[in-house]
This record gives sequence, structure tokens and C-alpha cells, in this order.
Amino acid sequence: MSQTTTPASETLTASCPECGTTIAFARPPRRHEIVRCPDCGAELEVVGVSPITLALAPEVEEDWGE
Amino acid sequence: MRLTLLHTRIRVEERLLIEELERRGIAVELVHADDAVLDLTASRMPTDEPHVLLDRCLSHTKALAIVRAYESRGIVCLNPSAVTRTCGDKLLTTIALTDAGVPTPRSMAAFSAEGAARAADELGYPVVIKPCVGSWGRMVGRLNDRDALEAVLEHKLSLGGPQHGIIYLQQFVEKPGRDIRAFVVGDRTIAAIMRHSDHWITNTARGGRAEGLPVSSALDDLCRRTSRAVGGGAQGLLAVDLLECPRRGLLVCEVNSTMEFRNSIDTTGVDIPGAIVDHALHVAEAGAAII
Repeated sequence: MSQTTTPASETLTASCPECGTTIAFARPPRRHEIVRCPDCGAELEVVGVSPITLALAPEVEEDWGE
Repeated sequence: MRLTLLHTRIRVEERLLIEELERRGIAVELVHADDAVLDLTASRMPTDEPHVLLDRCLSHTKALAIVRAYESRGIVCLNPSAVTRTCGDKLLTTIALTDAGVPTPRSMAAFSAEGAARAADELGYPVVIKPCVGSWGRMVGRLNDRDALEAVLEHKLSLGGPQHGIIYLQQFVEKPGRDIRAFVVGDRTIAAIMRHSDHWITNTARGGRAEGLPVSSALDDLCRRTSRAVGGGAQGLLAVDLLECPRRGLLVCEVNSTMEFRNSIDTTGVDIPGAIVDHALHVAEAGAAII
């Protein structure tokens, strides 16, 4: 799975691993939080928070649900 | 007080719950299902500290295993694994509702293409086919005739896993362009919405539009009976999906044990994450007194 990592000095932004656009966070995200890229619409998972690291969110599995 | 939140993703619902707990000064231990490693033979450690696990795991299979293991350590789990097992499997849900006399659409199970054809003939077309385990309206189909049934079954039985060998068919209910979702916390229906859609599948995950619905005493009574039917009772945290049948009135269609509520806070004016946290703390304290 491709990931993008943001340098520690830019703590509240990260690059979309799908389209490369810079995504700004209004608050520090949590690990495993799901965000959507405002440009390409890709569903992304925060896989690291210091620095912020994004990866494409895993596909929904058959037994997932509420 | 220890509170463990079991999760797969931190979605809006999980974030709201975490923020509510932090606002109250309660430390949250976040456990991702994929990171859990459980010593199944470890001795149970007696403790006076109340400990509750809030299950927000997306995977029904993993949630069942992890929650059952936590229960074995004396930790109060919401929902209990027995509730998750029943609600996560439509066949078991239907049996539990029927046993308790809760009205539900007529449903049948078959275990071969020939058996499914007989069941569909008995229910009448159109008939709804659903996977026993699954959510968000995925792989749910309205089959208008025998041709459609045979086509779906050929794919399901050749491409699906063993679970697809159980064919769950349900009577199609002509609903008025909407269904009802009610949120049951403990033995109380705290809120309800109507989900409108031009499509016969009205899940908000599939584009259904939510609108607040006042909780009538009849709706509250039916939802509390539903909660008791699936084992929730005083502990349950459940979202009950209901259909308005023109002939039979309200029918309970499905019961969800890890409710999604992001579209139902503003529409109902009810602080659903706050109610869930209140309930979790209450149940944990009560559970600690019993253990």
C-alpha cells in the first residue's frame, strides 16, 4: 500500500497518496482516522500521526457493517 | 474506570465517542482489531476497577472473537458477544424476533438452488435476497422473477464462500419510500429517524436522506421488545430498522449492534454519543458490582 509522510515541521498537513494534493487538518488527526481527499475523493486512513502519514484506506470487507 | 474502544477505523462516530469521553476526563484505550493479541488461557485477574469495552469494530467476525475473549476476562462488553452474534446474522435475528413474537417480514432459509426456488415460490415474487452477514445494503437484491433468482444464485453459489451456501430470502415489503431507524440505549428508545429514498434500499450509506421522527409509545414499546428479543435488554446499544407494511403495520427488519449515528444527531436533536457514553459508564459501574 502506498503511503505519504509529511515532515514533522508541517504537522497538520499531509499529501494525498493518490493524487499528491496537500491535505490540511483543522486539528491533529488520530491514528486510523478516515479522511477524504478534497481533490480526488480518495478515502484515506491516517496510519501515522507524528508525522502525519496517509495511506489509501483498506477496501471494505464482506463481513464489515454495523 | 477503564474504557477500551475496539475499532477498525476512526470514523465520525468513533471520533465523537472519543471526544465525549475525553471531555469527561475518561482515558480511552484504543484497540485496533488487527492489533489485538489475546492470551486465551491467561488467568482472570480480579480487580475492583470497572472496565468496559465499547465494540466499534467493523468486522463482525473479528468483533465476535475479541469481545468473547474480553468477556471471559470479566470485562463488561457493549454489546455482549451473544447480542453481536444474533444481530450480525440475519437468520439468527429473524429466529430471535420470531421466538419473541416481534413482527418481522416473512423470511425463509434454503441451502441449495432448488430449495431457494421453492422458498421464493412460497414467499412470492418479488423476493429479497440478503447475505446472512453483511451490512449497508450490500449484496441485497430484489428479485422480480425466477430468472433473476437463478442468475443471482448461480453467481452466489459458485463465487461465494461457505456462508453463501445459506440462502436467506425475505418477503418484499412495499414500503412508502422510507423506512425507520430507532436507536435503543439500554431499555429506552432515545431517538428515531425516517430514511427517505427513491430507491427501495433506504440505507443512508446508500444515499437515503434522514429526517427526525418523534418516538411514539408504540415505537418505543416495539423497539424495547426487539432489544430484549436479541438479548440486549438493559445492556444493549442497538439500532433497530423497521418497515411500515401496509397490511401488518410496523415490522422489524434488522437490528444493528454497532450503530452508526452521524446522520441522526442534528436530525433528532439527541446527543447520541453522549447517551452511549452515559450508558457505558452506568453499565460498567453496575457490572463491577456484580463481578
